[in-house]
Order: sequence, then structure tokens, then C-alpha cells
Amino acid sequence: MPVAIELVDISKRFRLQGGHSQPTTLKSAVVDFFLRRAASPERFAVLQDIDLLVEQGRTLGIIGRNGSGKSTLLKLIAGIYRPDAGRVVTHGRIAALIELGAGFHPELSGRENIIINAMMLGLSRREVLARVDKIIDFADLGGFIDEPTRVYSSGMYMRLGFSVAIHVDPDILLIDEVLAIGDESFAKKCTDRISEFRRRGKTIVLVTHDTGLVQRWCDDVIWLDGGIVRASGSPKKVIDLYHQAIAEQESDVLAQSYRTTEAEAGQRWGNRQVEIVRVRLTDRDGQERYVYESGESMTATFAYRVAKPVSESVFSFAILRADGLWIYSTNTALRQVIVPALGATGEVTLTVERLDLLVGSYFFDVAVHAPDGAPYDYHSRLYGFTIRSDSGEIGVAPLPHRWRFQPADEGSVD
Amino acid sequence: MLNFLSELFVYRQVLLVLVFRDLKARYRGSVLGLLWTLLNPLLLMATYSLVFAVYVRVEIPEYPIFVFSGLLPWIWFSSALMSGANSIVDAGTLIKRVAFAPQVLPAVAVTATLVNFLLALPLLLAFALSWGLPITWAILLLPIPIAIQFVFTLALTITVSMLGVRYRDLNHLLGNVVTLWFFLTPIVYPATSVPDRFRASLLVNPLTPLIVSFQDILYRGRPPEVLNLALAAVVALLALMAAVAVGRRLRWTIVEQV
Repeated sequence: MPVAIELVDISKRFRLQGGHSQPTTLKSAVVDFFLRRAASPERFAVLQDIDLLVEQGRTLGIIGRNGSGKSTLLKLIAGIYRPDAGRVVTHGRIAALIELGAGFHPELSGRENIIINAMMLGLSRREVLARVDKIIDFADLGGFIDEPTRVYSSGMYMRLGFSVAIHVDPDILLIDEVLAIGDESFAKKCTDRISEFRRRGKTIVLVTHDTGLVQRWCDDVIWLDGGIVRASGSPKKVIDLYHQAIAEQESDVLAQSYRTTEAEAGQRWGNRQVEIVRVRLTDRDGQERYVYESGESMTATFAYRVAKPVSESVFSFAILRADGLWIYSTNTALRQVIVPALGATGEVTLTVERLDLLVGSYFFDVAVHAPDGAPYDYHSRLYGFTIRSDSGEIGVAPLPHRWRFQPADEGSVD
Repeated sequence: MLNFLSELFVYRQVLLVLVFRDLKARYRGSVLGLLWTLLNPLLLMATYSLVFAVYVRVEIPEYPIFVFSGLLPWIWFSSALMSGANSIVDAGTLIKRVAFAPQVLPAVAVTATLVNFLLALPLLLAFALSWGLPITWAILLLPIPIAIQFVFTLALTITVSMLGVRYRDLNHLLGNVVTLWFFLTPIVYPATSVPDRFRASLLVNPLTPLIVSFQDILYRGRPPEVLNLALAAVVALLALMAAVAVGRRLRWTIVEQV
């Protein structure tokens, strides 16, 4: 396959502005000169030693956290920035969906702005005029097309911008997180258009946080982290690595915060006749974790110590959403689980087979109390975990369900 | 050097459309728009005529025509410089998001103000005729000083607009410089009235030979002096080289800083 985009050993640094790194006014430049203060601009590396080859017709996804250099890389490919080192080679016309409608003149009508914008994106006047009607049709702004763009809503602005960019008919389309455009039906039109692009063998580079989108669309993925390529290859592989890294990091942070918040946010009460001394949340493999995929199993292990022997005790647990909504609360008595006599110390494990919860942060409460409810030790909102999921569904918990479609036979009568 | 300038050529269609956009936004109210363009030079001409021909009684025949013939090119120059100086900073969101040559923007300002200048010229000629001044064949030479001034103004405006991204206070300074520059240019007074021992100081001002050439053609009805045109052309080329030097240094960094 012929190559569409080739980056060789790209590095990009930015100057830091402000402070004494570099004068931003003439006045300070003159002062610096007379005080013999050398202005050596401080620079920081945004991208380092990036090599990248995109063949024609492929869709490349670039993922990474904020500040990882994704957008800078896109701007280098677009020719907006020039690298400090290395080489950018592209073949064919490029359109960048970076900020839609950049350069619209507020006093001019949508129609006039189409012409200007499309020419800036590289069309000749003749080409633009041939496409104006299609652009207007696609943007679907009705009578607003002849109104000055200053009266447009931000949604209309973006629709017009998208319509222009897509009709420039680029060989390479660069997309930076702009797919959430306007209402649902327009967003659908946009994704249809982009799918059509792929079918026609155009090259696409997509920068996004949305790994679901990357999985659906991309042939290859690179993961940028701190300006270097952490991983590249098939979407499945790279996204898994990316999620794992994020989960580990979140887990560390959460573990830290949940361990240290005992005194502050959470509450603990009871007479401590039986004391819960430690609670750990672990996954199927016994690894301590605070981030779970929806549907995974989670085991809580609590270590107890009996200060003053009690005849009977009830263990309970509850799961609350971060905003305080009770998801589920139960105990050994309600479930008729027999709690054997407790030794001086010991451990109790509780396994939740499936954490069928949707994305969000949750609290895990535990308690041990007397059969009449008098608390021995109650830990409220001291432990937390997070559920991740790519499903895009919303709510609290997925409910098992089934769809069935039964088209009526033509000609049949009810 | 050529690379930086050839980008202007690559974007010539965009340049023209942007010029058209500027003019359209200005002349949207058609007749009234043109009136605003002409009002400023007319008011200035009337005021300077009152002050210098009536109050101070400068001995210059047809003083209003004299002032007008220098004012029009001056207004072209100063309005191009003042509107072009901000053009890159103002279009910050654009050049950060679209691969585009930023030097096109000051060029748009210079071209759009040139059109305003050309639209005001007939008014000057009409005044001259009504005052009984002959319009001679010298008027055919008008494109020469116009071309030279275009290059000089373009060079200066590109330089200032690019430096303006780095030095955000440049525009405050610019307003003052332009005001002083006006009085140091022989517009409300003739170059010949400057005492001999100060005459050389006029040559420090690169606009002097240009304005005098315009006055020669439009007011005195004679061809401009070759020396003046040559001087102006050399200055314009030097300014252009300086603009390219600045532009090549800043062309890519301003995209990051704007």
C-alpha cells in the first residue's frame, strides 16, 4: 500500500511563556536588554522521537491522556506546526477537523463564509463554487445560511464548519475529538460520512479519549504518554495496555485516598466489642484493587478482633453510589447465613460474584452488630471502588434483558 | 526569501477573497460605506485647509488640493499599518487550527486599504478639476509610486504584525509613532519650505520621496523626479528584505504563541 503519512524521528518543544523566560512585551525586552538579562527561552518537550507510518486507506487512532501530545502530533501532520527535529511527509490533500468553523467572519453570512473557509482549506474558487450547494444541504441550516454567522448557535456554527471540512474531499482527514456535534441526527450524519470516507479508501487519523470509538473504527492505534509512544499496534492490544495502566494508576490513587480518609470523610461507630480492624478489596486473583470492570467479581476480606466475647453477631455490607444512593444492603441474618462463634481474631470473606454496576464511584460499607441491631463496629463510607465500562449505558445497574423482533408478514391480517 | 513571499502567491486566491470580505463588510451599507471611507480624508483636508490656508496663511496656491494629494497616500499607509498590525493576533484561533500562511493577513489589510485609496482618487481629481488645476499626462505614471508604496507598506505591516505577536505592547507604541510620523512627513507643508540646513533630515523619512512624488503627479501636474522614485524603491526593497528576515524567523513560532 502506498504511504499517506510518514513521520520520521519527530520532536517538538514549546517555549514557556511568561516569567523571565522570554519577554512578552517590548518594554520588558528593552529592560532586559539594558539590565543585560539574557533571555533564554525555557522549552519543554511535547513530543520526542516519534516515528509513524500510515498507509493509505488506514484509520489510525491516537489515544492518551490530556497533555500527552496527541493534539500537537495532529497539528504537525496538518502542517500547522513545524517539528523542531525530524520530518513530516504527507501525500494528498489534508483537512483537519480541529476546531470547526475557525476563521468564520461573524459579519458575513454562512454562504460567504463557506467560500472563504473552503478556500483556506485548499480548494480553488472554482471548486468551492461547484460544491457550495452540497455544503449548504449537508449543514441543513435552513434560512440561516444567508444570515451573518454571529447570530448562529454554537451547534449551527459547528455544523457548517463540519460540512465545509468534509466537502473539501481530503485524501487525509484529521479528526480531533469533534465527533460530538450538535444533535443526535447530525452526529449520525457525520459518522456516516466518515464511514463512507473509510470505504472510499481515504486515510483517517483520529485523536480521542474514547477508546470505544477507537475500537470500532481504527485499524491501528498508538498510545502517547508524556510525548512518547508507549505502545502501538492493533486496537485491542493497545487499548488493553492503556486501560491497564489507567486502572493501575487510579487504583494507586484510590487506595491512597481511601486509606487516608478514615478520619475525615467516613464515619465509624459502635462499642467495639467486636472490631473490624482491616478491610481489603481484591479481585478474582487475590490482587488488591479498587477499580473493577462492570460484571467482575470482587472479594472483601475483613479482619476482626473480639475485645469482649459476644454470644451472637451479624455481619452486614452495603454498596452505595458516591452520591449516597443505596444500591444494596444486606446482612447475614437476612440471608440466614449462620455465623459461627468468633475466635479472638479472624477473617471473614465476602465475595460479590458479579459487580453488575454501571460506570461510577461507589462506597463499600461493612458492619458487625448484635442481632438486635446494636452496633459493635460500623464502617460507613470508608472504603470505595470504581466501576469502569465501555458500554456507554447509563443508570445504576444493567438489568438482564432480551429483545425480540418479529416483522409481520406482508399481507397478513391481525 | 522567496519561500516566504511565494506563500503569498500560493494563497493569492484566499488573499483576494479575504480582501473582498473586508471590503464587503465595510461597504455592506453600499453608499454609506463609501461615504465613511471618504469622510475621514475630507474632514482632515477641510481642517488642515482651515488651519494652514486661513489661520496661518501658508503661501501655497490651491492649498486644499495640495493637502489632499499627500493625505490620500498617507491615509492608505497609516490605515494599512494600523489595521494590519493586529491582523495576526486577531486571527489567532484561525492560524492555530488551519494550516495557513499568517503573512497573508497583513497583506490583506494593505490590499484592502489600497482599494479604499483607489476609490478616493476620483474625488481628488474632481476637486482638482473644479479648482482649475490641469490634469496632465503625468497621471499615467501614478502606478509607479503606488507600486512602490505598496511594497513598502506591505513590508512594514508584515514586520509589525509578526513582531506584535511576540511583543503585545507594540501597538500602543505604534499609534504614537504614526502620529509623529505624519507631522514629520511633508503633507501639510511642502518639502521645499523646510530650511536648507534641515533638508537632509527629510531624507531620513522613507515616506518623503513617495509623498512628494504623489504631490508632483496629482497637484503639480508634472512627472515625479526619478531620484525620488529610485530612493523610494530602494527603501522599499530594503524594508521587504527586513520583513522576510523577520518573517522567516517568526513564521512558525507565532503559530504557537499567538
